[in-house]
Amino acid sequence: MIPTNGNQPTLLKTENLTLHFRTGRGVVRAVDGVDLELHANEAMVVLGESGCGKSSLAKALLRLLPRNVHAYSGRVLLEDHNVMLLNEEAFRKQVRWVKMSMVPQAAMNALNPVLRVGDQVAEPVIVHNGLRKEEALLQARKMFQHVGVPADFLNRYAFELSGGMRQRVAIAMSLVTMPRLVILDEPTSALDVLTQANIMNVLKRIKKELGISYILITHDIATSSELADRVAVMYAGQVVEVSDAARFFTRPLHPYSQKLMASVPKLHGNQEPDFITGQPPSLFDLPAGCRFAPRCPARFARCGQPPPLIEQNGRRARCWLYAPDRRDP
Amino acid sequence: MTTKDILQTQAEAAVVPTAKDNGSLPLLSIRNLDVWFELRRWGFGVAGYVRAVENVCFDLHQGEAIAVVGESGCGKSSLMKTILGLHRPTRGEVIFRGQNVAGLRGHQLKAYRAQVGYIQQDPFGALPPFMSIQRILEEPLIINGWKDPARRRERIRQALEEVKLTPVDDFLAKFPHMLSGGQQQRVVIARAMILNPSLIVADEPVSMLDASVRVEILKLLRSLQAAHNVAVIYITHDLSTVRYFSERIFVMYAGRIVEKAPVDRLLRNPRHPYTQALLAATSDPDARNAEVFREVPPGEPPSLVAPPTGCRFHPRCAHCIDGLSNVQDPPEIEVEPGHLVSCWLYR
Repeated sequence: MIPTNGNQPTLLKTENLTLHFRTGRGVVRAVDGVDLELHANEAMVVLGESGCGKSSLAKALLRLLPRNVHAYSGRVLLEDHNVMLLNEEAFRKQVRWVKMSMVPQAAMNALNPVLRVGDQVAEPVIVHNGLRKEEALLQARKMFQHVGVPADFLNRYAFELSGGMRQRVAIAMSLVTMPRLVILDEPTSALDVLTQANIMNVLKRIKKELGISYILITHDIATSSELADRVAVMYAGQVVEVSDAARFFTRPLHPYSQKLMASVPKLHGNQEPDFITGQPPSLFDLPAGCRFAPRCPARFARCGQPPPLIEQNGRRARCWLYAPDRRDP
Repeated sequence: MTTKDILQTQAEAAVVPTAKDNGSLPLLSIRNLDVWFELRRWGFGVAGYVRAVENVCFDLHQGEAIAVVGESGCGKSSLMKTILGLHRPTRGEVIFRGQNVAGLRGHQLKAYRAQVGYIQQDPFGALPPFMSIQRILEEPLIINGWKDPARRRERIRQALEEVKLTPVDDFLAKFPHMLSGGQQQRVVIARAMILNPSLIVADEPVSMLDASVRVEILKLLRSLQAAHNVAVIYITHDLSTVRYFSERIFVMYAGRIVEKAPVDRLLRNPRHPYTQALLAATSDPDARNAEVFREVPPGEPPSLVAPPTGCRFHPRCAHCIDGLSNVQDPPEIEVEPGHLVSCWLYR
């Protein structure tokens, strides 16, 4: 049995977290009542396909909201404090990049081309911790060591670095203020296989060395297993399964997770990959019952009702198959 | 008969599936191919060369599927574009059905391009946003001299049915942005297949798609390949999809092919240290992955402007033989029948 961090204190808990956007075509229910719990020094993977709301979840957690927000509600408990109650100024000073930071999608291509990367990495410490520039650069140098970038790269510009090195710089930038939690949005999706393996090694090492937690947002199941302690699967704005990694990667509960796992081409073994017929529902117009029901092979009469997250031996699945009073075959 | 009429009959004749080649003459033959790009200094004067492809040789037979695997910047796209006739070889030859592609001009080049389909990586970028699906698929037919609108429509319907975009009438009038990523990629495939080519070049056809759709598109390509006996060059960086698609696999590193082998043999018994590193870095979903660090060769792929002498991989290789690997280019060694490795370890 792989040690889970169940005995570690809870770091982050969301209750009914909701983020809806207003668009010309109606309301997009991108994050629709998400309940998650993350322990200290734990890596949780949020798995999902494009358009399932996983990046919006990251934005909702860090309150990086666009202008067209229609609804933003629920509770986000960070070390037992509901940070949703803080005003923007307090949230910026106490939470964002102080306790919770992020490596956004394609961060390595978003580095400022006219600033030295060292200055960029040092900037959050100057702003948040009020350090002088020399001290901040020292801190940046320390972080470069953690992520495996040579110290003399502090004086380089982004275009002088390779993709893998730029991604490490982006990770250093998220770590420099020593947050408790880092949200990684597709940290390896644009990288080559060997670079990907390198970055995953760096993330594993930092987790051990600094004792931080991760929320890793990705669609790549094989890579996600490199880091995951626990897995949350998102589908159409909802979390449909939460499980420890060991049991998830051997036997997922929710029919969607099962189908998703079966669609992964494997290097070894003789199992032919399969695909999921149909398409995810539009977030403008969601089915009334289970959102996966139209594509689900195990669908039965009860799926017309929206299922809750049902507990099953310490794992949870949003599926009527696991209802305790179930009698259907 | 005017020349135009002859061209049209030729174009339409090409649609009839050709008899299965008995393998005597390769469909495509790449001979010692080098593709270098000039680096200009101040707009004139040559500052150096980017050696994107060096000394690549292989034969491809009718109906065969091969995969070219490599990391970004290894030259796989330059190789592909040279095969498509978009780049000129610096040295060596690309021979298609006995004809040197570099020598083709005018209508010969057009006829060649009608024989070679191209599936782009990003379907949304590859489809013109202002054209309906019908128009997108009709264009290659018009250009290649299909005069009869009724026959064109019939061919378009047939092509859409083959890529399973049915009912066809729902899709004909749509524009690319109205389709999902998977459907867009089907349109791209239909466009590549519409002139019934004998060779398809697929450049990372599924890397922009979601996991659940990826396999569907690969299976579709595979079935079309079998049904029409088309040769396919599948270019990818993802080793795990290769075995469901191709018979042979070529691994490229820094402009050179370092290993050629049947897919199963390469996955079971990789010989080149670079291939071994690639395989070791690719994971299957497994919770135990989180407990181990993966071994990755140090450093990064070299600059193609000033590549290392000898074996291109030697600065990163744990098995580097000093005085040999770093001095002389490794020869291509046949370690088993059909399994070729460019590595001094097997001399």
